[in-house]
Amino acid sequence: MELFEQLLQYTLSGLSTGAIYALIGLGFAIIYNSTSIINFAQGEFVMLGGMLTLFFHITLGLYLPLAVVLAVVVATAVGALFERLAISPLKDAEPIILVIITIGGSILIRGVAMLLWGKDTHALPMFSGNEPIILMGAAMMPQNLWIFGITLIIITANRFFFHHSISGKAMRACSVNRIASRLVGIDVKRMMLFSFVISSAMGAAAGIIIAPLTMTSYDVGVMLGLKGFCAAIIGGMSGGMGTVAGGLIVGVLESLGAGLISSGYKDAIAFIILLIILFIRPQGLFGKGEAERV
Amino acid sequence: MKFLEGSMKQELAKFFVFAAAVFTAPVFFKGGYIVNVLVFVGIYTILAVALNLLLGLAGQISLGQAAFFGLGAYISGVLTATHAANPWVAMVIAAIAVGIIAFVLGFPILKLKGHYLAMATLGMGIIVYIIFNETVDITGGPSGLSGIPNLSICGIIFNTDMKNYYLVWSFAMATILLSVNLSASRIGRALRALHDSEVAARILGVNVRLLKVQIFTISGIFSALAGSLYAHTVQFISPASFGFNVSIELLTMVIIGGLGSIYGSFLGAAILTLLPELFRTFQDYDIVVYGIVLIVITMFMPGGLVRGVPLLARFLLAKVKSGLPSEKRV
Amino acid sequence: MFKTIIKSICIFCLLLVFTVNSWSQEPIKIGGLFAVTGPPSFLGEPERNTANMVVDQINKTGGIKGRKLKLVFYDTQGDATKAVQAATRLIKEDRVSAIIGPSTTGETMAIIGTIEAAGIPLISCAAGIKITEPVKKWVFKTAQNDSLAVERIYDNLKKRNMNSVAILTVSDGFGASGREQLKLRAKDSGITIVSDEVYSPNDTDMTAQLVKIRGSKAQAIICWGTNPGPAKVARNAKQLGLNLPLYMSHGISSKKFIELAGDAAEGITLPSGRVIVANVLPKSDQQKKSLLAYVNDYKNHFKIEGDHFGGHAWDAVMLLKGAIERGGDSPAAIRDELENTRNFKGIGGIFNFTPQDHAGLTKDAFVLVTIKNKGWMLVK
Repeated sequence: MELFEQLLQYTLSGLSTGAIYALIGLGFAIIYNSTSIINFAQGEFVMLGGMLTLFFHITLGLYLPLAVVLAVVVATAVGALFERLAISPLKDAEPIILVIITIGGSILIRGVAMLLWGKDTHALPMFSGNEPIILMGAAMMPQNLWIFGITLIIITANRFFFHHSISGKAMRACSVNRIASRLVGIDVKRMMLFSFVISSAMGAAAGIIIAPLTMTSYDVGVMLGLKGFCAAIIGGMSGGMGTVAGGLIVGVLESLGAGLISSGYKDAIAFIILLIILFIRPQGLFGKGEAERV
Repeated sequence: MKFLEGSMKQELAKFFVFAAAVFTAPVFFKGGYIVNVLVFVGIYTILAVALNLLLGLAGQISLGQAAFFGLGAYISGVLTATHAANPWVAMVIAAIAVGIIAFVLGFPILKLKGHYLAMATLGMGIIVYIIFNETVDITGGPSGLSGIPNLSICGIIFNTDMKNYYLVWSFAMATILLSVNLSASRIGRALRALHDSEVAARILGVNVRLLKVQIFTISGIFSALAGSLYAHTVQFISPASFGFNVSIELLTMVIIGGLGSIYGSFLGAAILTLLPELFRTFQDYDIVVYGIVLIVITMFMPGGLVRGVPLLARFLLAKVKSGLPSEKRV
Repeated sequence: MFKTIIKSICIFCLLLVFTVNSWSQEPIKIGGLFAVTGPPSFLGEPERNTANMVVDQINKTGGIKGRKLKLVFYDTQGDATKAVQAATRLIKEDRVSAIIGPSTTGETMAIIGTIEAAGIPLISCAAGIKITEPVKKWVFKTAQNDSLAVERIYDNLKKRNMNSVAILTVSDGFGASGREQLKLRAKDSGITIVSDEVYSPNDTDMTAQLVKIRGSKAQAIICWGTNPGPAKVARNAKQLGLNLPLYMSHGISSKKFIELAGDAAEGITLPSGRVIVANVLPKSDQQKKSLLAYVNDYKNHFKIEGDHFGGHAWDAVMLLKGAIERGGDSPAAIRDELENTRNFKGIGGIFNFTPQDHAGLTKDAFVLVTIKNKGWMLVK
């Protein structure tokens, strides 16, 4: 019975962190699908979400909901700025160049955050209190329910947007063939900007809902971004349920690994999974194969 | 992207001038503190040149070079500090071991391209870093490994900055010479072809897969040598010196200097090692500066400083000339 | 005749001016290595602030034997390699007579080779017992040994009749050293460690480790780390409904921990230097006066109260002052006088250095405190 309780606890915590990885992974997938770029700076938007909320709520004393909204807006603005200034001018460059630019962007955003807010860790208040909910011997915080709920809403909105709205379908068209899209009248540049806007907003939202649980500081973005990327890869960059499944798988395996095998290697688990997937099935568990462009 | 300009003779001439400068420099600095910094510049030059072979010549992104650097350092360190092996023997063992690891890992990793390759090497780097941290019984974990002996030849112990300077820079010059040679050889041309278009190279008969793994291995071995040298000069190593941010620093060095330019890598290594020393008060800003530098240079000076500065100079000179009153050319 | 006298008086005055000038122009240089930025900045920043404050105070009251004290300090960012480079720079370029710091055990161990080779005395502000055990000729430290902290915790556990514990340590230099000490002293204290878990400094969630601990027969949990990890541990434990007594290390003895852990901090017991409970110490406590003076001084300068970590720097500078006053400012003389320091009432405790003991403190340097109502309470 004890082992079952432990497993349940690990799974539950794993699902919760996995949902966050899924949200971040979706951000990667959306940008990739519209621009073929992997935005290494994605994790930094997650960080900005949490840190900006902290700034607005605690330093400026605004109401929490208002602080949250403002944080998302500002983070999105940063994302849009980044796209306009650094990505758009170079969109046809080699992957190396784009990788380096997004890495540079992530370092820059992190550096500015460090200069503005210091290196301290800060705690955000939980959205609905500190009392744990006990389910069959495993404990869960109300914040975890918020995470599941908001993730679900965002994923549904995502699906609706990309499959049932003109803009969404236009963005998907861009990822398939940019020139053809332009020929049918789609403003490719605007779609690229859009994809960054949506991803940064989602990243910021993810950062905000997880900050009360894990506390936030200027460098939380690095690991979260990388693990979110793992989620996206496992899901085959599809941007849909595949990515979500990928995130949950990484989260649960990480939690089980830390609990049952060794807690020191917890971070390594996500990357080992990443390497295995990249070596054996780079199109992800749920993706279709990608044709190589000559 | 031309990796080598001019004929081989020109290259050798450049090399000897550089070598002369390197070997006479310490005399000017009279063995002061700056010699200590220059030792580190030497080590990072080896690392930057190694990365440049991979990134600039062959066009393969690697964000995990620090892993090979660290493996070289730890294998040398553990063998000599804990098991009292001969430092030179340990260095050779480290180089061979890392070479084997790079070769074996190279096959699956280099199947990937672009972003995926970048992420895979990043993941590899982080896994190795975590292993360094967790295998406390072997590596000493986060507290580090101390008591690593100096290198010595025939009774000369390399325990001062001056001696270490010549030791490290001898290796650095050897690395540069090998890279220059490699670049001008058939292999270098094949790598450049590979960089431009893998499919075309394959059609021409280049064994693309094997070549990529080979260059990955060579790059790894050079990095491991740098690691061993680092271990024996500083005599203390800890996982923090081999983390993800070091890989990023190396990338910045190569970009600043210019992708594909060997001497550019030296320039990048020198700038990134010397600047923090000169501007100690601005240490906190270095992370912001790296980010800006990466973005700006990539956007506006893709050839790095080595190409960008002369271009800029020419551009400015042209502006000046057109501003001066001069006879109209008809 | 008159002229000769005037001439000699002039020459004499000139000579006087010259020598006095060269004396007072020659400040005594000491080096400082602190991790003001980087993960251990909660150590380095108060240490640097305190060092500057104390040096200023010394200079305002006439310096040491008429000479000003100058602190040349470098930020190591908590990086051992930077610490080695900075130490080399202090010794070769700045030519300091002594060095205080670094802030962490890892950095200290890294520079010992350089220090011993150069023959410059070092007073480290880090806690690892390895720094002074075995004794190294030129190395001293002011932070209390983590072994003493462990003894304090184990003593308290025995008093409460608990002998199976779970330990949860962070995988950095501080945590690794603590873990070593916890394991080493367990048997002699009659304590059995039934669960030995590790978390990494970047971990955001320690639930997995705590669940494992819940499944073991532990009667208490000892968490050894520095902010923010232990705060997360405290919150995770509360979230899991884990009701075991929670002990932590002196690594969290600052208000920041209470701020981060919130309600989960209530009831946590930890060993700490006396400084954080300075105002509730009994009047008979020998350190009370200097502790209160330090706390208030720091508050006047920096708007927040002086804490346990800044105290290490205070002790280091004052120890150097004493040594220089007694023996002069050559490195060898400073070292000898440091070794002869007895009964020095510092912030960290009462120091007694000997040739065999360069740490100078006993377990009385620690008091045991519990967190109650977001404040510190002495445990009797």
